[in-house]
Amino acid sequence: MLGYYLRLASKSLRRTPVITGLMVLAIGLGIGASMTMITVLHVMSGDPMPGRSATLFYPHLDPLPRDYPDEAGGPADNLSWPDALALLQHAPAVHQAAMSGGSVLVRPARSDLQPFYASGRYTTPGFFTMFGLGFLEGGSWSAADEDSHARVVVLSRSFADKLFGAVSVVGRTVRFGDTDFRVIGVTPGWQPRPMFYTGYSYSMFNGPDGYFLPLHTAQELKFGVDGDTDCWGNANIDSMYSDPRCTWLQLWVELDTPAQVTAYAGFLHDYSAEQLKAGRFQRPPERARLDGLMPWLRAKRLVPADVQLQLWLALGFLAVCLTNIVCLLLAKFLRRRNEISVRRALGASRRDIFLQFSVEAALVGVAGGLLGLVLAQVGLWAVRQRPDAYAHLAHMDVPLLLWTLLLAVGASLLAGIVPAWRASGEPPAALLKSE
Amino acid sequence: MEIRPILSAMLRNKTGAILIALQIALTLAIVCNAMFIIHDRTSKMARDTGMDVNDIFVMTMAAYKPDYNADSAVHANLDLLRSIPGVVDATYSQSVPLSGGGWSDGATTTPDEHPKSTVDMGVYHMDEHALNTLGVKLIEGRDFTHEEISYIDGDKYTTPKLAIVTKAFGEKLWPGQDALGKTFYEGTSGLTVIGVVDTMEGTWSHWEGFERTVIFPTVLESEYMRYLVRALPGQRDEVMKVAEQKLGAAHTGNFVRSIHSLEYYRKSETSNDRAMTVMLSLVTALILAITALGIVGLASFSVRQRTRQIGTRRALGARRIDIVRYFITENWLITTMGVVLGSVMTVALNFWLVQLYDLPHIAWYYIPVGILCLWALGLLAVLGPALKAAAIPPAIATRNV
Repeated sequence: MLGYYLRLASKSLRRTPVITGLMVLAIGLGIGASMTMITVLHVMSGDPMPGRSATLFYPHLDPLPRDYPDEAGGPADNLSWPDALALLQHAPAVHQAAMSGGSVLVRPARSDLQPFYASGRYTTPGFFTMFGLGFLEGGSWSAADEDSHARVVVLSRSFADKLFGAVSVVGRTVRFGDTDFRVIGVTPGWQPRPMFYTGYSYSMFNGPDGYFLPLHTAQELKFGVDGDTDCWGNANIDSMYSDPRCTWLQLWVELDTPAQVTAYAGFLHDYSAEQLKAGRFQRPPERARLDGLMPWLRAKRLVPADVQLQLWLALGFLAVCLTNIVCLLLAKFLRRRNEISVRRALGASRRDIFLQFSVEAALVGVAGGLLGLVLAQVGLWAVRQRPDAYAHLAHMDVPLLLWTLLLAVGASLLAGIVPAWRASGEPPAALLKSE
Repeated sequence: MEIRPILSAMLRNKTGAILIALQIALTLAIVCNAMFIIHDRTSKMARDTGMDVNDIFVMTMAAYKPDYNADSAVHANLDLLRSIPGVVDATYSQSVPLSGGGWSDGATTTPDEHPKSTVDMGVYHMDEHALNTLGVKLIEGRDFTHEEISYIDGDKYTTPKLAIVTKAFGEKLWPGQDALGKTFYEGTSGLTVIGVVDTMEGTWSHWEGFERTVIFPTVLESEYMRYLVRALPGQRDEVMKVAEQKLGAAHTGNFVRSIHSLEYYRKSETSNDRAMTVMLSLVTALILAITALGIVGLASFSVRQRTRQIGTRRALGARRIDIVRYFITENWLITTMGVVLGSVMTVALNFWLVQLYDLPHIAWYYIPVGILCLWALGLLAVLGPALKAAAIPPAIATRNV
């Protein structure tokens, strides 16, 4: 029966090519615009660590003075050096690592390369196991290396290529600032989307880290920090690397079971209470908290207002296109009263008529969806030409491709309900008589 | 023209009319708000910055030698830059105008360590060549002298004693008074206004205080130093190449980390506005086209459906113009229903956008202008089908369709 309806539908659609074309165009444009923006939203709000995100947590302490204004993105979003060390040493985690964005002057040995600034990460050895970042060559530094402020560095493959060319680099030396570092490992290119661990909404769509080096080493050498460094009270920015009144570090924790989560949160509370008692903290220990990766990321509001606005606009446009299609389908179906009457008189039930016209609407949806898919690719190409950091991510994956078609068919079926209902409500004989 | 028969005909087939009216309402709401946002963004982009944006470029130098001396480097770099043929002037600058990143602080009229409310200002740290390099107009007072510029280690910064401010800053801090010679405070440190300039934008063009700019006579010496250079009209790109080559080869212990025109910074800062404008214009055009085509489609359908009635009316003495008028009036009624609903939706949509996205309230005249546009659009769209209807011969009434 469905095959017959399909034949009827395609015949009917071909009979009125202008109206059909108009409907397909309307659906195509509406779907194209909506899917472009939905794709952008999707790549910006995806899970950066599929399979691991549920076990990753971000602890917060609040060492701020009592009268300090509360604001999102304030100093309490990061940790000070003493607090980060205390958590690293005493807090009960499966894995954890403290880190900070780094910017160092690289002075290549190659004479054809000018000195340049490069971004990477200062971190502790737990970073690699916790995030599941493997090595192409060599490996991480040990806890002992960390404690002894070892001059060692892990490079990303592309950064190693830039400095040395495509050769084995473990054991080689790179010069950061005025210090030589021995290369002990090479990682593959690694870029979670977004780069959640950088901690700041403005850097989460930046390029991957070029190098990783021990946090204690960077702290000792006072290497440049790429991120917000906030101080309060009379803290001097000069001493921010060790002052408890300056925050500049992020800490990520892996906790595999709910019991571990409870234990860690309990530790944060007790630690805060202890600090309060010692007079270093002024705020109640209830201010300490532990956020899961995904809730934490959602609170960062990565999607810019303009992108949200454009999504709403695209959906509004789709709504106009759909109303338009409802009108056109209604006109088209009601013009075929004769056909309906004949079919009804010959025994077709109302359900059959409804089904027949729904098939016709769905067919328009499929054609419109295909057109929308093409238009969305054009739209995404245009988005990629924008200079925003997230722009290069704007690609459609297979699930989104299927969603596009599904949305198009669903939307046109929805648009077809009223017209098909009206058409199937026509009495069988009345119209035959009137002619 | 009798409206009653049209209305009763419409009521017999209300679904189509309601849908078209709904579409027109949505169209009005979206188009009005889109046009308003477009206007808001384009006027922001076209704003006079008060500076000679097209001829200025920005160089960032970074130290690489262990024996780098910031004080000698800044003087050597600036002397070199100013000596290049085609350069009008050059200044040190801590931040890049219009770039979206910079230094801000709060000012008060009385010294107060913890002021309750301050007038926020964008702060530039520059030398005595600033006004000439930027091309801003001094309207009162005087420029800095060479002796007034303090060259200090960036980590040991203290607020200076003098400042040049914009007219807008003066008016906000001392409404109705002349800013020249007055003293304002950053915490407890006082600064005397020695000069007032006309328009001069700060670094954040999206901030409401973008015109409240002050210049401090300070050169912050550090491993990163930034220079603004103004070239003779039309010579910017050539001068940039020469400057990059000369400063790169000067052996002052630093290298050219980046060199861009001020236009480049401005463009990347306004790129979102441009993308928004393009997207909104495109969607507006498409919505209007789709709506117009929808009206054409539905009107053609109703003409074909009523072919016999039209023939009968013609046979009974109706003129062609009566038929055309019928369809135009019918469409006008539907459009009017749509725009009445649409006006309410426009205001509601704007209200919602204001709440969510911090947009300004829509100016009232967008609605009447939008209504006129949609009336015109409806008229144009229905004209074709109406003329077709008028062409139906009276004899059709006697035939079977």
